[in-house]
Amino acid sequence: MKRVFALLALVGAVAIGAPAWAEEKVAAPAATATVAAPAEMAGMSGMAAEAAPAAAAAPVAVVNKGDNAWVMISAALVILMSIPGLALFYGGLVRSKNMLSVLMQVFTVFSLITVLWVVYGYSAAFTEGNQFFGVLDKLFLKGVTPESVGATFSKGVVISELAFVIFQGAFAAITCGLIVGAFAERARFAAILVFMVIWFTLSYIPMAHMVWYWAGPDAYIDAAAGEAAGKTAGFLFQKGALDFAGGTVVHINAAIAGLVGAYMIGKRTGLGNVAMAPHSLTFTMIGASLLWFGWFGFNAGSALEASGGAALAMVNTWVATACAALSWMFAEWMIKGKPSMLGAASGAVAGLVAITPAAGFVGVMGAIVIGLLAGIICLWGVNGLKKLLGADDSLDVFGIHGVGGILGAILTGVFVDPALGGTGVYDYVANKVGDFDMTTQVISQLWGVGTVIVWSGVVSIVAYKLVDVVIGLRVAEDEEREGLDVTSHGETAYHH
Amino acid sequence: MKFVTAIIKPFKLDEVREALSAIGVQGVTVTEVKGFGRQKGHTELYRGAEYVVDFLPKVKIEAAIRSDQIDQVIEAIEKSASTGKIGDGKIFVFDLEQVVRIRTGETGTDAL
Repeated sequence: MKRVFALLALVGAVAIGAPAWAEEKVAAPAATATVAAPAEMAGMSGMAAEAAPAAAAAPVAVVNKGDNAWVMISAALVILMSIPGLALFYGGLVRSKNMLSVLMQVFTVFSLITVLWVVYGYSAAFTEGNQFFGVLDKLFLKGVTPESVGATFSKGVVISELAFVIFQGAFAAITCGLIVGAFAERARFAAILVFMVIWFTLSYIPMAHMVWYWAGPDAYIDAAAGEAAGKTAGFLFQKGALDFAGGTVVHINAAIAGLVGAYMIGKRTGLGNVAMAPHSLTFTMIGASLLWFGWFGFNAGSALEASGGAALAMVNTWVATACAALSWMFAEWMIKGKPSMLGAASGAVAGLVAITPAAGFVGVMGAIVIGLLAGIICLWGVNGLKKLLGADDSLDVFGIHGVGGILGAILTGVFVDPALGGTGVYDYVANKVGDFDMTTQVISQLWGVGTVIVWSGVVSIVAYKLVDVVIGLRVAEDEEREGLDVTSHGETAYHH
Repeated sequence: MKFVTAIIKPFKLDEVREALSAIGVQGVTVTEVKGFGRQKGHTELYRGAEYVVDFLPKVKIEAAIRSDQIDQVIEAIEKSASTGKIGDGKIFVFDLEQVVRIRTGETGTDAL
């Protein structure tokens, strides 16, 4: 165990150090920028109000209590998705001898990332730095007080920065929790914790910064100010990639980490020879339903305002999910002969994933199409594609979150089109919906997808390798056969 | 006296119990068991992953009876547990040396 703690300390040092070098690169002030960057409405983007020079000229913003209430409630809903939602969804899918190990992994990763978020995660993700990392000005939430405000997507409307901190922290935590499904039933507990620290620091934080960090709408006073403000935004924000609530940052990001993990940790012992049927689809159904419920906070909360846009995201989250549950179920019914509970629950999660980047951007017809396609394509993701990939992704993190995430990211670029019932992309300089070109938008979306695949892939390979060398990724075969509940945690889920 | 052990499909338990009661069998012991015979296991498909199920769930019924009941008991179990499909199970018959009713100390057929 000493080695584990030593490594944790080492990783902590690396973690603190990484954004620090990012800070050094951030010398050039953004105000001199010349390249035009479109001002757009991206879902859930963060800002530091005091970072925008324009804010000084504006009257002191007063927190909107309705918006604040909605974001805080949404944060709690997103936390409900992790614990117990995701934990039960995953827990039901494993064998009963590994139930507690999955619950513990999700529960502990949630707690771990929560602490890292307030220590340095929020600062490194949501302060003005370079295009990839923020800076460490807000370590331990330094300077974030009850009076601090953060922008929304409307000029002059702000919420408490602390509400934004917990809302975003809940996203970071569930993203890391998602990964554990890919290597369930065989990974060493300590290895998971160390991996999460590295991956969170070097993949989650920069992805969140790249996609969501911007100066806020109030900085877009005129074309020149808009250009200057645009240059301070994250890499993918500047590329114009739309990601309303985290299709790239959360789902594809986690799915790639999971897939790499499934390859590097190896298949479960006895795969294909011993029964590995889900031990409780009842828990899986409860978990999937809690995910669905919590996802209203995840998607509609990402509007950061209790607005019509939030209501649109909520309706889309509701409808697309139902469509995907049905399309997966009907496809399975036709192919396998029986409609299963596991299929319906899996379809619902696939729909939730696919609608995430699109939730506030598409109309209800768009949501229906995205949902129907998500159910069918993700069913292929966990069957045909899974065989092609040949990795033992135990709980299909890639088949559902990766495939659904990529599908949703691309289709967001299609159905955001006002001609297809979408909202279009808001231009904060002109203060109206801008002209829309689908090809340009889809290319922007592909930038997002490609960046996250490469970035998360590289970080994951390095992180798993490092952890493997120092503590080992897998438990011993005997321990795996006996079950991780007893061998890793010294307790059992059920007493027969 | 005879001791009969039957391995049957779990969902046939109620029918077998009724059939045994109808011919006057006073008591049975039931255990949930797993095993395989000629039926072997089967493969189950969850989210595209195939799993071979080696041991199938069955129910084991045990009954101690008088020797003259044996043909009736075998027939009753055979009829009530049969589906005609593979995996219906088997009946094993043993000679039973002694039976004791613990409460009264009765032995032999009196204790059945």
